[in-house]
Amino acid sequence: MAPHRRRFLRGAAGLLGAAALGGCDRLAETAFGRRTLKLGEDANLFVQRLLLTPQSLAREFPDSAISAYFKPNGTIDPSDEAYRALVADQFSGFTLAVDGLVEAPQALSLSDLRALPARTQITRHDCVEGWSSIGKWTGVPLSEILGRARLKPEARYVVFHCADTMEVAGGGLEEGGTPIRYYESIELTDAYHPQTILAYDMNGKALPVAHGAPLRLRLERQLGYKMAKYVMRVEVVASLARLGDGQGGYWEDRGYEWYAGI
Amino acid sequence: MSVSSAPAQPAEDQRDSARLWIFRHPLVIRLAHWINVVCLVVLLMSGLQIFNAHPALYWGAASTFDAPALAITSDEGAGGTPRGITQIGTHTFDTTGWLGLSAVGGEPTERAFPAWATLPAGQDLATGRRWHFLFAWAFVINGLIYLAYGIGTGQLRRRLIPDGDQIRDIGGSIREHLTLHFPEGEEARRYNVLQKLTYLVVVLVLLPIMVLAGLAMSPGLDAAFPFLTELFGGRQSARSVHFIVANLLVLFVIIHVLLVLLSGFWNNMRGMITGWFTIRRIPGATIRTGESR
Repeated sequence: MAPHRRRFLRGAAGLLGAAALGGCDRLAETAFGRRTLKLGEDANLFVQRLLLTPQSLAREFPDSAISAYFKPNGTIDPSDEAYRALVADQFSGFTLAVDGLVEAPQALSLSDLRALPARTQITRHDCVEGWSSIGKWTGVPLSEILGRARLKPEARYVVFHCADTMEVAGGGLEEGGTPIRYYESIELTDAYHPQTILAYDMNGKALPVAHGAPLRLRLERQLGYKMAKYVMRVEVVASLARLGDGQGGYWEDRGYEWYAGI
Repeated sequence: MSVSSAPAQPAEDQRDSARLWIFRHPLVIRLAHWINVVCLVVLLMSGLQIFNAHPALYWGAASTFDAPALAITSDEGAGGTPRGITQIGTHTFDTTGWLGLSAVGGEPTERAFPAWATLPAGQDLATGRRWHFLFAWAFVINGLIYLAYGIGTGQLRRRLIPDGDQIRDIGGSIREHLTLHFPEGEEARRYNVLQKLTYLVVVLVLLPIMVLAGLAMSPGLDAAFPFLTELFGGRQSARSVHFIVANLLVLFVIIHVLLVLLSGFWNNMRGMITGWFTIRRIPGATIRTGESR
């Protein structure tokens, strides 16, 4: 075989192999690839919005179904000083701030929250990794809180700002780096869903630190990473563009879907 | 299937009296087949990436972390050498190099399925999910077009429902497969009975179960159609079924490709690419049917 033909064939074979092995990975890293891959999420959101009414409830289970061991995931013990101080004080100094596009900003202590109408639900928590645990959650429906704060007409999303630092941007804390604390966001449709609650009790006892004490979001029709733990502030916004890198949440800014109903 | 309704056959081959050209696969079915190949490869590899995020299976609604039905992990073997371990029920197997522990860039790395089998190659659940959902949509749309076409034109019934004589001679077909002597002449015009039954099970049972079990894992769809998740006995059961059926599909593909190789690779490939397939003329032979034996 002529050398140039051999070289051509070797090159072609190499290209084919590389295309098969690495091509998909490289494609996924391009802007075009990312946009294309996101079409699946867009279709999921579109179809699930068609299939789910605002009132369709996630399955609720009997007491007997509660998991003996409910896997805590993500941050399980925040080391942030401000949070440690709240823990040391058994959250007596905790206040939930509700602000943003609202007529009446709120500052609610745990006892304020416990005095509001409550909902208890036994639901399955589905982690994006694939596992599930069942737990009993008691808390304030988010709609109660938003109702008190009275949304402005341009309100579209509810953002949750949390106490736990996920990483420090621009060097360590000592070098003046900025802590990036967990953040998440949901649409108003989900915010007003009857099972969307800010839970303060789990399985009949005060929410443990590992599961997000003193307050975590329960968003039962989506995956676990949407259900922000250690919620300190609820902010109502019109756009997610200025939140983190603009994708709507800590994990969303790292490639995960904003709509996590699947 | 009548030859007259098909595109003109290659003229040169009409002189070849030993071979009879038949138009076997219509364009829609050929396209659906190759789109399906791409979809299933991406779905399998991205599915293994997703599985690697939590490489254990359970039965029921929730996970019983200390008692998985299947788990692919690693541990420190004798002398502190890391091993890949696959646990099925109460049995454990050393699967070093393949499952639980395999080389990534030459370094032994803890991962359930090896890098060469997952999409992306590195541990990246977010991107794996994006590949999986995009190609799940492509797979479902392609499958619906195939089914609508197959049912609408009667192709599905003609191609995949075994004829009475084939059912009666199923023993003969099993013998043919075991001895690797496949039907020739007129009998090769249609799929053999084991082939028809296998394709039927894949198309109407395994692939639909795959889609439904996948949907049953979605917390959103569980709220919309609670019976779907219940049908599988809970979300974790649905996840296990999804994994088991994926394995059955891999087994099907292995056997399918082997039989394509063994029963005339080029003829089969030409058939699925151009539509044209040749069968051997057997001089003086009558059409073989169950009754004629």
